[in-house]
Amino acid sequence: MLEVNGVKKVYEGKSRTVEAVRNLTFTLGQGEFTCLVGPSGSGKTTLLKIMSGLLDPTEGEVLMEGKRVDGPPPGMAIVFQEYGRSLFPWMSIRDNVELPLKQKKVPAARRKELVDESLSAVGLADVHSAYPWQLSGGMQQRVAIARAIAYEPHVLLMDEPFAAVDAQTRADLEDLVRDLWHRYKMTVLFVTHDIDESVYLGQRVIILSSSPTVVREDLAIDLPDERDQLNTRGSARFNELRAQVYSQIHRPREEAVEAPSRDAGATSLAKQG
Amino acid sequence: MTGVLKRVGFLLGLPAVLFALWWTASAGSTDFYFPPLSRILESLVDEWFGPRLMDDVVPSLLRLAAGYLVAAVVGITLGVLIGTYKRLRDFLEPVLEFFRAIPPPVIVPILMLVFGIENTMKIVVIAFGCMWPILLNTAEGVRAVDSTQSETARVYRITGFARLRYLVLPSASPQIAAGLRQGLSVAIILMVISELFAASDGLGFAIVQAQRSFAIPEMWAGMIMLGLLGFLLSLLFRLVESRWLAWYHGLRKAQKAG
Repeated sequence: MLEVNGVKKVYEGKSRTVEAVRNLTFTLGQGEFTCLVGPSGSGKTTLLKIMSGLLDPTEGEVLMEGKRVDGPPPGMAIVFQEYGRSLFPWMSIRDNVELPLKQKKVPAARRKELVDESLSAVGLADVHSAYPWQLSGGMQQRVAIARAIAYEPHVLLMDEPFAAVDAQTRADLEDLVRDLWHRYKMTVLFVTHDIDESVYLGQRVIILSSSPTVVREDLAIDLPDERDQLNTRGSARFNELRAQVYSQIHRPREEAVEAPSRDAGATSLAKQG
Repeated sequence: MTGVLKRVGFLLGLPAVLFALWWTASAGSTDFYFPPLSRILESLVDEWFGPRLMDDVVPSLLRLAAGYLVAAVVGITLGVLIGTYKRLRDFLEPVLEFFRAIPPPVIVPILMLVFGIENTMKIVVIAFGCMWPILLNTAEGVRAVDSTQSETARVYRITGFARLRYLVLPSASPQIAAGLRQGLSVAIILMVISELFAASDGLGFAIVQAQRSFAIPEMWAGMIMLGLLGFLLSLLFRLVESRWLAWYHGLRKAQKAG
């Protein structure tokens, strides 16, 4: 579905070059819900931008449905962390959701259907004519999610979408994303720095090292598909998985960066997953 | 209700005081150059709101509108291009800085040679002078398009003309409006100046004419007329702007509150 092959990104500055991403290889299966977790500054956003064609990798390539990504591919939608800056404040909620569909040349009747359906799917059936800035942060992020699913993407990328909302809203939005994933069956990649969130949400967690980034571990989340905030997070298995992710992230730094063999090990692990 | 009254009182307080001061200080004045305000107002009503309205004020305003419109179209178009293409900006910048540094009134004599003293010359002077704030503000606004909004547009494949229409122009519109506002006051100044040199009608022409023929109250009244016009035009501009940029003022308010 979406393959990341040996992606490397080096930023060439005037006085120094920064290796943001060293070597990343993994594959997202059709309809799979994967979380990507890593410490802050681990090049997660860089990776996401490369996967979405917003940024070119220095080495390696990204394939979506077998085709090399060299610009935003048609079947992909992104939800950014900065909801306030991703929605267009000069347009109503409805127009924000509808604009990408207009560009996609979806006929008007179908557009209306998609906008209505996606807005009610995120629980915003009654605020169509409001402007984004009239809503709370959590509601604005719901609009951004509605815009993404109305686009009917095959792949949905989410870049720390809930980092800026309060805890209760965040829990609601997490459950919303899982619901939507069940309903629309698209491939989801959810980037986060929150360990609990990554374990709770996905079928699989890819753990990144700090920059220069390699894959530390590719962990299958064998929690039951039916999840809820109280029981899932309280279960023994959740805590084991959480501890595992935690220990990988907090493993001493030197160990991860010391030798190329270590990187190769991490990469091959990723390939198995 | 009392709140509204208070605000109106606050707004009109100073003008009323100044008016009263001028009125009493000039009442019964026999000085030829400083006639009583009552006489000035008489001439304002008789002359400026009389025959001169059609003969001088309207022609001035039409030229103002034409010059301003040309400046807006050219300024916004060039501003969008310069704000979008960095290479174009680097290429044009020295020339633009040079032309911008020329005080617009000095091009009047030159333009008189090329276009004569008729409307074309005046419209070009107005357009040339008030184009700069519009152009520069538009370029700034276009350059400052938010990176996340820009990436959002790319992801949803909103490119080319749609990007201009749905992202770039609305996003730059607060800056464009600021440029248009500055441009308007420059345009009014140039409207008068272009008529001072050589003209057969217009506000500037009529005021100079009045001064030269020692019609002093009429001269003063012309000045008041200009002040009133400028005030009304900026009021009109604010009204249009508050509708056009309602989203922006709402957004700013929400950000301040949050």
